[in-house]
Amino acid sequence: MSNWEILWDERAQFWSGFLSTLEIFGLSIVGAFVIGCGLLYLLEESRKRLTIPLRIFIDAMRMLPFLILAYLLYYGLPSVGIRLDAWWSGVGALAVYHGAYFAEIFRGNRLTFPPGQIEAAKAHGFTKGKMFFRLLLPQIIMQTRQLLGNQLIYALKDTAFLVIITVSELTAAANSLSSTYFIPTEAFIVVIGFYWAISVTMEIIIKQCGRFSAKRGFDNV
Amino acid sequence: MSEANTSEMAAVSIRHLSKSFDDVEVLRDVELEVKTGEVVTIIGSSGSGKSTLLRCINWLEKPDRGSIHIAGQRIGVHEDGRPMPVRELAKVRAKTGMVFQGFNLWPHLNVLHNVTEAPIHVQGASKREAEERAMALLEKVGMVDKRDSYPNTLSGGQKQRVAIARALAMQPEVMLFDEPTSALDPELVGEVLAVIKDLSAEGYTMVMVTHEMAFARAVSDQVVFLEKGLIIERADPETFFTTPKTDRVRKFLENHDTPSPA
Ligand SMILES: Nc1ncnc2c1ncn2[C@@H]1O[C@H](COP(=O)(O)OP(=O)(O)OP(=O)(O)O)[C@@H](O)[C@H]1O
Ligand SMILES: [Mg+2]
Repeated sequence: MSNWEILWDERAQFWSGFLSTLEIFGLSIVGAFVIGCGLLYLLEESRKRLTIPLRIFIDAMRMLPFLILAYLLYYGLPSVGIRLDAWWSGVGALAVYHGAYFAEIFRGNRLTFPPGQIEAAKAHGFTKGKMFFRLLLPQIIMQTRQLLGNQLIYALKDTAFLVIITVSELTAAANSLSSTYFIPTEAFIVVIGFYWAISVTMEIIIKQCGRFSAKRGFDNV
Repeated sequence: MSEANTSEMAAVSIRHLSKSFDDVEVLRDVELEVKTGEVVTIIGSSGSGKSTLLRCINWLEKPDRGSIHIAGQRIGVHEDGRPMPVRELAKVRAKTGMVFQGFNLWPHLNVLHNVTEAPIHVQGASKREAEERAMALLEKVGMVDKRDSYPNTLSGGQKQRVAIARALAMQPEVMLFDEPTSALDPELVGEVLAVIKDLSAEGYTMVMVTHEMAFARAVSDQVVFLEKGLIIERADPETFFTTPKTDRVRKFLENHDTPSPA
C-alpha cells in the first residue's frame, strides 16, 4: 500500500479535521469582526478615559505572538477561575487577537474618512449610533476590503497553532497520521491542499465583493 | 413676551449671536430674522464669518452667546439654559436642510438612497413613503434618470442637485446653502442656480451664502452683508445693489461687478 493510499483510507480523519478547522475559523472570524467593529465604535467616543485603555489593548494584542495568547487563555485563565476547554480557548484567542487587528485596520481608515460626510449626516439629524452603522461602518468595510482579506488569511493560518493546545483540527489530523504511519511529507502536503482551498475560496469571495465597492467608486477590482 | 412671539413667527430667529475661535471673534452680536417663505442672502468677503453664521443655525458650530430659534424652537440649549440632549438636538437640526459647497453625498448609497436615507432612518418614514417623496424631489431637481447611479459617476452639478433633493427630503423649515456653486465648473453653475431659483419661486425659506451677485439680486428678499463678524448692512436687494449705504459695501460690489471669466 502506498503512502497516498494510506492517507486515502484515513480520509475521514482529514475530513473531520477540515470541518473542525472551518468551524473554528468561521466562528472566530465572525467574533473578530464583531470585536473589531465594537472597538471602532468605542473609539468614536472622544473620551480619553475610554480611548487610552482601548488603544493600549489593541496595541498589546498586535505585539503579542498569537501562540502566547492561546496559551494564556488555555493554561492561564484557570488560575483566575475561568476554565475554557481547548476548543473555546482557541476560538476565543483567535477572535480577540484578530479582532484587535480588524480594529486597527478600521481605525486607520477612519482617520481618512471625509469629515464633510459626517457633517452632512449631523445636519440631516443623524445621531452617533445610526451614523456609525449606516454611514461610517459600511464605507470603512468597503474601503478596507483587501486588508481585511489579508487578515482573514492570517487568521486561517493561526488556526493551525491550536494543535499545540490540543484542539483537533486539520493540522492535528495531519500530525497524528504522520506520526502513526511515519509519512509526514504526504500528510502535510494534503493539509496544505486544504488550507489552499480555503484561502483561494476566500480570495474569490473577497474579489467578488470588490465589484460591489468598485461600483461605488471605492476601489478598482 | 413680544420677543417670544416674533421667534415663533419666524422660520429662523437669531439673537445676540457671538462666536469666537481661539480668541478671534468671528461673529459679533449678530441679529437676523428670516420669515417663512423668505430668501436671505449673506454676502461678505472671505473670512467674514458667513459659513460660521450658517453653521451656527443648525448647531454644527456651537455659538458662545445668543440664541437661535428654528420655527419657534430653540436649538442647542433649552430656554432655561440646560444643554439639549443629542437626540433632541438632532430633532431640531432636522428642521433645517443644509447644502454644502462640497456636496458631501454619501458615496456608498445610490442617488435614490441618498435622498431616502435620512427620512427613513432619522424621521422613521416608511420606505414607500420616503421613496415617493424622493422621486418627486428628484423630478424637481431633474435627477430622476440618475436615481440608480452612484455619486462617483455624477458631475458636480448633478451631485449638488441630488444634495439639494436630499436636504429637501427632510421637509425642513429652512434650507441653508453655503456657497452651493463655488466648487462647480463655470458651465455647471447655471443648472444648480436654476434649481434654487425654482425653490424660491415655490416659497421655500432659504438662507444662502453666495458670491453670485446677479443671482443674489434676482432671488433674495433680504441681503445681509457681513464684515468681520458684524452685519454692517442689510436691505432689500434693489437698495443693496443700487444704493449701498456704506463705502465698504460699495467697494465690495465694485470688485464683484467685474464680469467673471466665465
Ligand atoms: N473651526 C475653526 N477653527 C478656527 N478658526 C476657524 C474655524 N472655522 C472658521 N474659522 C475662522 O473664522 C473666520 C470666519 O470663517 P468662515 O468660514 O465663517 O468665513 P467665510 O465668510 O465663510 O469665508 P469664505 O468666504 O472663505 O468661506 C475665519 O477667519 C476662519 O479662519
Ligand atoms: Mg465659507
